[in-house]
Amino acid sequence: MSDKPLAPRDQGAPDYTKHLHPLMLKNYGEWVSHDRMRPGVLVHTARGGDKLYTVRAGSPRTMSADTVRKVCDIADKYCQGFLRFTSRSNIEFLCGDKNDLDNLIKAVEKDLGWPLGGTGPSVSNISHTQGWLHCNLPGTDAAGSVKAMMDDLIEEFRNENLPNRVHMATSCCQINCASHGDISVIVQHHHPPRINHNNMQICELPKVVAICPAAAIRPAVINGVETVEVVEEKCMYCGACHGQCPSMEIRDSETDSLSIWVGGKMSAARGAPTFMKLAVWGIPNNPPRWPEVSEAIRRILNAYKATGKPWERIGEWIDRIGWAKFFEMTGFPFTRYHIDDGPEALSNLNRSAMIRL
Amino acid sequence: MSGKHDKNKAMTLHTPLLNELESGPWPSFFSDLKEYSKKKPVVVQLLNQLEESYENRWNYWIGKVLNAPGYGGGIIARVSEKADKYPGLANFHTVRVIEPPGWVYNTDALRNLADTAERNGAGILQFHGMTGDILLLGFSDEGSLQCVEDLMHDGWDIGGSGAALRTLQCCVGQARCEMACYDTMKVTKHLTDSFIHYLHRPEFVYKFKFKLSGCSNDCANSMVRSDMPIIGTWRGPMQVDQDKVAEFIDAKGMEYLIDNVLTRCPTRCLSVKGKTLQVDNDNCVRCMHCINVMHHALSPGKDRGVTILIGGHRTLKIGDTMASVLVPFMKLETDEDLEKLVEFVERVWEFWNDNGMDHERVGEFIARVGMGTFLKGIGVEPDPRMIRQPRTTSYIKFEELAPPRMDGEGNKMPPVWNREAEAVETA
Repeated sequence: MSDKPLAPRDQGAPDYTKHLHPLMLKNYGEWVSHDRMRPGVLVHTARGGDKLYTVRAGSPRTMSADTVRKVCDIADKYCQGFLRFTSRSNIEFLCGDKNDLDNLIKAVEKDLGWPLGGTGPSVSNISHTQGWLHCNLPGTDAAGSVKAMMDDLIEEFRNENLPNRVHMATSCCQINCASHGDISVIVQHHHPPRINHNNMQICELPKVVAICPAAAIRPAVINGVETVEVVEEKCMYCGACHGQCPSMEIRDSETDSLSIWVGGKMSAARGAPTFMKLAVWGIPNNPPRWPEVSEAIRRILNAYKATGKPWERIGEWIDRIGWAKFFEMTGFPFTRYHIDDGPEALSNLNRSAMIRL
Repeated sequence: MSGKHDKNKAMTLHTPLLNELESGPWPSFFSDLKEYSKKKPVVVQLLNQLEESYENRWNYWIGKVLNAPGYGGGIIARVSEKADKYPGLANFHTVRVIEPPGWVYNTDALRNLADTAERNGAGILQFHGMTGDILLLGFSDEGSLQCVEDLMHDGWDIGGSGAALRTLQCCVGQARCEMACYDTMKVTKHLTDSFIHYLHRPEFVYKFKFKLSGCSNDCANSMVRSDMPIIGTWRGPMQVDQDKVAEFIDAKGMEYLIDNVLTRCPTRCLSVKGKTLQVDNDNCVRCMHCINVMHHALSPGKDRGVTILIGGHRTLKIGDTMASVLVPFMKLETDEDLEKLVEFVERVWEFWNDNGMDHERVGEFIARVGMGTFLKGIGVEPDPRMIRQPRTTSYIKFEELAPPRMDGEGNKMPPVWNREAEAVETA
């Protein structure tokens, strides 16, 4: 490689105009309305009357080169070679000819085996992270747990039977790269990091000390080795140091557990965006199918479906019915750990006598 | 050690636990990779190691550093702790690739990515990483570098990692959405290209993310996932097609309109007279709800632009931080508008990087120094639209009211409270 000249650097983002379906390019900025023809199928109408059909399906996010080629074969056949992905790892086949729709849908469902859905008031495909497949920090697997969850939720993905959309996310540690959702799954650690004093890299020590949000890490010399120590009462088991230094091992295959959080929302529709809130903790990290997670999610969705009003996202629904009712309906125990002691602690208390009795 | 360097060491797939992920109706990444492993022996090693993770609830990847010549990011290097057993995983890196804005693809480009991933590495692709980029998995050191050269030869560029600007992400925008209030794809490309140096060479105190959504439905998930969300909005009245309003009422009924549109407006600025919808546009906060429900009848106003927010990020280290308003409104249409945005971002970066601590996201920095100080630092005038309510804490260091010995103005005339605010340049 050394003799060959390097390829051009700093080329930036691809020219999107080369990646747009001809109807998207022609009607760029000229779209006037859309309709959902059935779950998983949208039609967008342009000012001049052009119609673009979108067939949305759930993808596994991780795919082999051969699967990518299969996707391309379908798009070449029915979509003039154009498609897109969504922020929740759904795939969208873009089709300009209504007459191709049935065959396109058949190809996606049968040849590719990917379900149509994720439109309107349904459960989205689950945004997820790298997990045991390729991350250096994970406490669990994301792709596998998501596969198991979506097996259970597929009818909620395929149909539009919920009060409003349910965005879901699963992260393999508390850093939570998959972020907030109406329902989010993350991992909790339950003790301070175990330090491998013989493998501390001196150059990283200041960073390890600096990154601790609880100021619990300080430099120390142990057995003549320059290293750090952790003030255990201060440590909140977050694992920030572990991201900085692999010798600060936070994970524990025996004690790490999962928790489910609800009511996160990015959209400002009807009210400002909201953070996710703790619903239930202490769920076993139970590969290969994590059945306890699916069961807990099912309880949340059943309660939401039963009493949510149209357009209420999960957080809005709980705001209306109250958290007491949420815990009653789901059967999750309400514990002292649900009461916030973080930066938002006081403002998260009920600072009024307004109570449903 | 024999076989240590034999990356393609023949191995039998042994995955009793992972096999459980083959049942059920949802597409299985495992079934896909299992089939593909017949062609790519290293994928057998990957799946066998993953099986051990499932068995032991433990992870075997460690990070290391590898960079393409001239770049300081873009390759996420991973080495396996079990390299003796799985020599193909000794170096098994991820290459981050900048995606086409809006995640749109032509199949030539996708096939090119698949071929490049397969030729140089394990041939595993992810659409997309949680930062919005394309991920190609499973390259040795040489494979990573060759992959990067091949990608760049074919017109791709690699993404950001480390204390640098991260790959941007945006919604589909005006390419297929009638609600998009600005050209998210164009702005994403413009910012990526303008700041490409910062994306490839970690020079910041910590990472910085932009996410761009065409309206406050925020399909790019910007509010808590980006340091600088740029969200489409409009000034003046929204557009109402009263004929379509009447059609909506005829089709859905007046009760539906009341229950699902009027009473769900956060500022109660909608009312109905007969079959005519009346909008108190002065009090509309551009939340998008009524437009979402009545999207045939209602649409954003004509004088469109963006709201720029600052400081969103997930929980490490000070807890979740939601972005908040920095620029209530700016136009973002012309080349001059775009240049103004670039200059504004550079001002924010300069103040943050000059004063931020190591590993301090801009939201954490603002939490530490206070938004008032931050605004002064970047030369932006305070605006009541930046806050939910004024402060409730009475301990304040008023610079103007301090005694002269502390460089204050004491009780000079005219009184401070009645003085016009100093004109500060805004974005």
